[in-house]
Amino acid sequence: MSGYDRALSVFSPDGHVFQVEYAMEAVKRGTCAVGVKGKDIVVLGCEKRSALKLQDTRITPSKIALVDDHVCLAFAGLNADARILIDKARLEAQSHRLTVEDPSSIEYITKYIAGVQQRYTQSGGVRPFGISTLVVGFDKNDSTPRLYQTEPSGIYSAWKANAIGRSSKTVREFLERNHQDDMDREQTIQLTIKSLLEVVQTGAKNIEVAIMAPGKTLEMLPDDQIESYVKSIETEKQEEAAKKKTRTGTTTAAILTRPGGGESTE
Amino acid sequence: MAFSGESGDTVQFAEYIQANAALYSMRNDTELSPSAVANFVRGELARSLRSRSPYTVNLLLGGIDPVSEKPHLYWVDYLASLAPLPYAAHGYAQYYCLSILDKHHHPDCSLEEGLALLTLCTDELKRRLPIDYKGMLVKVVTKDGVQEIAVDNDKVVRSA
Repeated sequence: MSGYDRALSVFSPDGHVFQVEYAMEAVKRGTCAVGVKGKDIVVLGCEKRSALKLQDTRITPSKIALVDDHVCLAFAGLNADARILIDKARLEAQSHRLTVEDPSSIEYITKYIAGVQQRYTQSGGVRPFGISTLVVGFDKNDSTPRLYQTEPSGIYSAWKANAIGRSSKTVREFLERNHQDDMDREQTIQLTIKSLLEVVQTGAKNIEVAIMAPGKTLEMLPDDQIESYVKSIETEKQEEAAKKKTRTGTTTAAILTRPGGGESTE
Repeated sequence: MAFSGESGDTVQFAEYIQANAALYSMRNDTELSPSAVANFVRGELARSLRSRSPYTVNLLLGGIDPVSEKPHLYWVDYLASLAPLPYAAHGYAQYYCLSILDKHHHPDCSLEEGLALLTLCTDELKRRLPIDYKGMLVKVVTKDGVQEIAVDNDKVVRSA
């Protein structure tokens, strides 16, 4: 062992902090989460691990959490770490309301979450949070949708649409190809689910979707509605594939295969 | 929740309770029942009472239980006494109003009757209380939420 990756907050000679990079590796192994902004809506989509036969799904925690009435968060990575981070964010959101009598802006709460994550890369006796988060919502008296991402290193950034977790690169590339600036509610939900279907093989029962609109509370899309979205997307795909077939006359695979799991660090 | 007492303390304490109740429902994905809030408030006041700078806040806490949909009223004072009551008052109002409430209140009182009873109380306060207070703020708690009710604060009440 070289020793550089034994203690936290120790640089390797070439300027890496290994523990932080390992944390980012943990994120990549986590289930995928997607966030998409529309014209006046923002949608979060998550890949859900399928429950075991004897598991009680009603009380199994979701990967989408409400931080405050107007802020919602999805994460990828270690579920247990996320619980702690979400709790800290909730406390700060309420504390912000108490001290300044106003709900916090989405950027403020993102900055706070990223700040906590950064602190855990530079303190003794702790390890970094093995999660990336997508923070969405609307500021007070403002109908501009917000979408931010935080990383284990403490970096935070704003996005129009983004994905984190397993195969996030594939999903992000899909979003880059298909995202438009002024999508309505339907289009935004559709794009979210469509992008998730790029990496979720098992379909509707392994997807959860949360919708936020200005001045409204969080709306979790019911399972049967997700199902109908998935169905319509699949038929659409099949029709397209059929069209291609007739045009070329050959039987090539219509759905492109994904490139192997290897992803480069951003 | 209605409160009275030392002016700075009241708002500070009420907002503290509000923030903690909101945090609880956010963390646990459930609404707190009126009895839960009342007992939390009592606990906080008891803690505060034994600190170097206690809050001097008296409260009336009204709410509907989300499960049973039954109304609850709690009377809490700054010494951290808690009592569930059918009707209650704090401060000087107690001396003027409780007798009226004793006489006129009955368990299956309707909203209209309740408001009429409240008017009886405020009229009595206007008539006999040596202080000219600046009107009343009336809020009604139902299972659908809290609603403010307009009251005629300029009404002149003459002594009998």
